[in-house]
Amino acid sequence: MKKVEAIIKPFKLDDAKEALGRVGALGMSVTEVKGFGRQKGHRELYRGAEYVVDFLPKLKLEVVVPDDDVEKVTSALAESARTGKIGDGKIFVMPVEDAVRVRTGERGDAALS
Amino acid sequence: MKRFTPILLAGLFAPAAVWADEVTPGQFTANNVWMMLCAGLVFIMHLGFATLESGMTRAKNTTNILFKNTFIVSIGILTYALCGFNLMYPGEFNGFLGFAGLGISTDEAGLTPAYADGGYTYWTDFLFQAMFAATAATIVSGAVAERIKLPSFMVFSTLFVALVYPWVGSWQWGGGWLSEAGFHDFAGSTLVHSVGGWGALVGAWMLGPRIGKYVNGRLSPIPGSNMPLAAVGVFLLWLGWFGFNGGSVLSGDPAGTSFVLVTTSLAASAGAVAAMACSWFVSGKPDLSMALNGILAGLVGITAGADVVGIVDSVVIGVVAGFLVVGSVIFFDRIKIDDPVGAISVHLSCGIWGTLAVGLFAPDKSFVTQLLGVVAYGATTVVCAFALFGVIKATMGLRVDEEEEIEGLDYGEHGMHAYDLGLGGGTSLGASTVSSSHARSMASQLATSER
Repeated sequence: MKKVEAIIKPFKLDDAKEALGRVGALGMSVTEVKGFGRQKGHRELYRGAEYVVDFLPKLKLEVVVPDDDVEKVTSALAESARTGKIGDGKIFVMPVEDAVRVRTGERGDAALS
Repeated sequence: MKRFTPILLAGLFAPAAVWADEVTPGQFTANNVWMMLCAGLVFIMHLGFATLESGMTRAKNTTNILFKNTFIVSIGILTYALCGFNLMYPGEFNGFLGFAGLGISTDEAGLTPAYADGGYTYWTDFLFQAMFAATAATIVSGAVAERIKLPSFMVFSTLFVALVYPWVGSWQWGGGWLSEAGFHDFAGSTLVHSVGGWGALVGAWMLGPRIGKYVNGRLSPIPGSNMPLAAVGVFLLWLGWFGFNGGSVLSGDPAGTSFVLVTTSLAASAGAVAAMACSWFVSGKPDLSMALNGILAGLVGITAGADVVGIVDSVVIGVVAGFLVVGSVIFFDRIKIDDPVGAISVHLSCGIWGTLAVGLFAPDKSFVTQLLGVVAYGATTVVCAFALFGVIKATMGLRVDEEEEIEGLDYGEHGMHAYDLGLGGGTSLGASTVSSSHARSMASQLATSER
């Protein structure tokens, strides 16, 4: 079991959700986050003066999948969230020890399907 | 450019005098209804100020801003009834300072056309003027926002609206020495707006800039929290100005009121367009907050001469005010006078411009007399504001401590937030049984536990 965590541009959420659905991901969680990468935020104007906004709004999309699905899920996310411009985000993959479906008590991969 | 003026002057002042003898009950009622409606419109300006100031400041200070606005309009009307009205309109007096006694009351004549040439009753007179008084004090609120101690502000604004505004107002509208000198301020570019603006300037200067406005000496803008709210506020102010200027005709005179509403709207529109162009040129992008300030700049600018300048003049006054407000905002930022909402630039800079513009555009009005009025009001208000803020600073203190300013005045001064950010609700502490000394620690526990 792996958790795939993608930081993406907010307006790419629908594309990413559909792409994940097509490769069989059954659930996901989304959090509004703020952050920056190599682009280091951007400049805004207010009443005649410029200032730097370091932390730009992004979405963090989390999905936990069986080990076999990791490749297609990460590919689907990367392709669907890509615009080709700076600030498209990053995807992290990390191991997950166990999962429990709260309603039934099922464990492991069975809790994911 | 001035061809409208003679017609207007005739339309404005002559009929009131002529009607005095022959005003019909129907005309008296119509006049009075219009003036009460205008009082209501000026009242709506307080909602405009409240929303504008909320939008242009940070969300952590919104409850505080709204509380101040709620207090000012309430205490303004109360003190105007207690002493303000009779201080501003003392009747026969020496021209400098007079007082007709505490409270408001009238005999039967105050409710007939004999009171004000059939324009309105005594009670309408009081209410309309009371709404104006509160406006002058509320201007200060925006400039000192996000850092002034609530009790200190309440003391200042109470004394400012109860004593300073009506006293200096009597010099002109009460029939005092400036009125005798031929000074002209139709609806208060100077009497209301620059008086409030001078108070705002002194307050913002004595408080110093907000933490984070200047980082290592460099300007670092603190954006407002809600531009839609700011826009709502400005449009409400524009609506209210129809009463502010329209009611200053002091009757429902068709020629006078309709003309004044046109000059008022033209100046507001010209101010907006000029400020849009100016901010676009200066910063390379069109700035909404400057465009909104441009509307107010045009409105403040036309307020002194809405009845005596021509149509083209009103557009010129608005355009100059629109440019002036952008330059003024940038100027005050440069000299490190931090005015979160631009109140000083809108009300003081454009109030002065509007007053002087009467001397430039209106026939029979002297630029020198207009300048004398500006200087007299400026000097007196600055001295009074310095005295009030100085005494308050020495006794109560003016500014909240650093920790409170960073955390926000909503929590520090009020123990409540304007928006439910997930910190409130859910767990009842039995509010009615929580003493104020416990409220602070319990609230902080609640905030910590729910994070």
